Amino acid sequence: MTNVLTMGTRGEKRRAATAAARRRARSARPPWDEPPTAVGQAAKGLTLGGMLAVILVPLYIIVLTSFSTPGAINRAGGLVIWPDGLTTETYRQMLSDSTIITALGVSLGITVVGTAVSMAVSVLCAYGLSRPRSLGHRFVLLLLIITMFISGGLIPSFLVVTGLGGYGQWWALILPSAVSVFNILVLRAFYQETSSELIDAARMDGAGEWRILWSVVLPTSRAVTAVTALFYAVGYWNSFFNVMLYMPTDSEKWPLQYVLLTYVNRANGLPGSVNSGFGQTHAQTAPLSLQMAVVVLTLVPLVIVYPFVQKHLRTGVLTGAIKG
Amino acid sequence: MSTAAPKRPAGPARLTWRTRLRRDKSLLLMTVPAVVLLLVFNYVPLFGIVTAFQEYDPLVGVWHSEWVGFDQFQQLFGDPAFWASMKNTLYLSFVQLVLFFPIPIALALLLNSVVSERIRNFFQSVVYLPHFFSWVLAVTIFQQMLGGAGVLNQFLRQHDIGTWDIMTNPHTFALLVTSQAIWKEAGWGIIVFLAALSAINSELYEAAAADGAGRLRRMWHITLPGLRGVIVLMLVLRLGNALSVGFEQFLVQRDAVGHEAADVLDTFSFYYGIATGGYSYGAAAGLFKSVVSLLLIWGANKLAHAFGEDGLYRR
Repeated sequence: MTNVLTMGTRGEKRRAATAAARRRARSARPPWDEPPTAVGQAAKGLTLGGMLAVILVPLYIIVLTSFSTPGAINRAGGLVIWPDGLTTETYRQMLSDSTIITALGVSLGITVVGTAVSMAVSVLCAYGLSRPRSLGHRFVLLLLIITMFISGGLIPSFLVVTGLGGYGQWWALILPSAVSVFNILVLRAFYQETSSELIDAARMDGAGEWRILWSVVLPTSRAVTAVTALFYAVGYWNSFFNVMLYMPTDSEKWPLQYVLLTYVNRANGLPGSVNSGFGQTHAQTAPLSLQMAVVVLTLVPLVIVYPFVQKHLRTGVLTGAIKG
Repeated sequence: MSTAAPKRPAGPARLTWRTRLRRDKSLLLMTVPAVVLLLVFNYVPLFGIVTAFQEYDPLVGVWHSEWVGFDQFQQLFGDPAFWASMKNTLYLSFVQLVLFFPIPIALALLLNSVVSERIRNFFQSVVYLPHFFSWVLAVTIFQQMLGGAGVLNQFLRQHDIGTWDIMTNPHTFALLVTSQAIWKEAGWGIIVFLAALSAINSELYEAAAADGAGRLRRMWHITLPGLRGVIVLMLVLRLGNALSVGFEQFLVQRDAVGHEAADVLDTFSFYYGIATGGYSYGAAAGLFKSVVSLLLIWGANKLAHAFGEDGLYRR
């Protein structure tokens, strides 16, 4: 990247390097590269555009259908592709549906509490292992890494959780998967790079390890903290298999993903089955717009958080890939 | 996998472990919560493996269940349903390896050749997004597009072309799940390859171009060797995880296409072990899978070393 930058700006050294000029330089074609052929450009554009369309068009259709009137859905014969009568009635209906509101609360609760627990445990452990030549850190690290390769498997884990009385309990959805060794290794790799001058200076001032972690290390590693928190949060928000294990019949404790699986996914997937609608509130089939609104609801938190974390994703993933 | 802390010049004198304990006790204390959670939820289940050699009875627990030795395994290896799930696992894994693996590499090369930084950034933020969807959500989206009541069949019906239900057809299941995996993860997969590409010294390209090497020759002699390490590493990871292919993905779709097509070792272990209460039988299937997986990781690493690469850990 730096090489491309210097090459692009070589002739323009005298000009003040404004941000715009720098962006243009980074976007410039390297001088040794052949100019593209028209066919090549078209093929490239089609491939990349096709990839974008395959992801964005389904999302557009689902969002549009969730905002469409029953008439529009009827006329389209199902999902709506062209806007033809919009309404927010579906969302009003959804937000008064006790099944969905409960599920939303459960999902948000599990995500917030779970992420807080996971982050607290992981940040502490990562920092505890990040100081060079501290007592026993190699042993603890080995203990962690072994779990990445060897596991007892599904049934023994299930028996341990139920043996501890976890069946139907909230903690069964959080604690067994609260620690991601991968995330700890990513955090640790960053903490190792925190400037040791800063840490030594803090130590001179009489700060203990807890103080150093809280006021030196954490403030200087916000990006990796954000990415790790996103990974944990997405994991909790998306989890449904542990619900299948520990509370399969307890429909009042179901998170949104499980409601989606049961009422939208399964109901459509089974040939010939009658859609039973959401919970007790609707005796009739849950309308398509409502189903799509639930899909949108599971997307909303992600779409809110994603832009803030997106620019840091690369750093987090690469540290993990290279140092883990 | 480097586990060692960065080497520092040795301290002035070797400290006794008592002094080091006094110095580092808060650091050790910080690791306690994570270690306790791992001990309870990862190490204790390792002892639970004994259930695979028992006829586990939930009423009397692990300590008092009847010991049956290798009976569960004998029964397992004589069970056509087990071998069917084994066959599915290997088949689905293989199809995904062949069809999925090259796509992120090709996409990364393509994207890297796009000049405009703004387009590159926009493309990346869109194709990373599905990675953060759950499998329930991803499969639901596929169902709404390609399922019996989905957009595709809506269109076919309106034009009297008949219907084509891809979502419930067991014969095309391998292609279906591979395209789902590509849709969801191929974009995310380009991150590591993009990083490896940006690490290649661009002076190499300049020199090669000056020597008259065309686009394809530069790709062959500079780009691909530059990606070799990452490609081998990704391949090792993929092979090591070959038996864990798409558990949640298949679980969600098992009812729709039937267990003959969708059962893999993990789902087999779940359905025979927990859903029907044959804990020991499921645990035996799980243990078989863990052992073979470990062998696969080991073998894949050997292969990486044979290619002169580091793989997952060094020699």
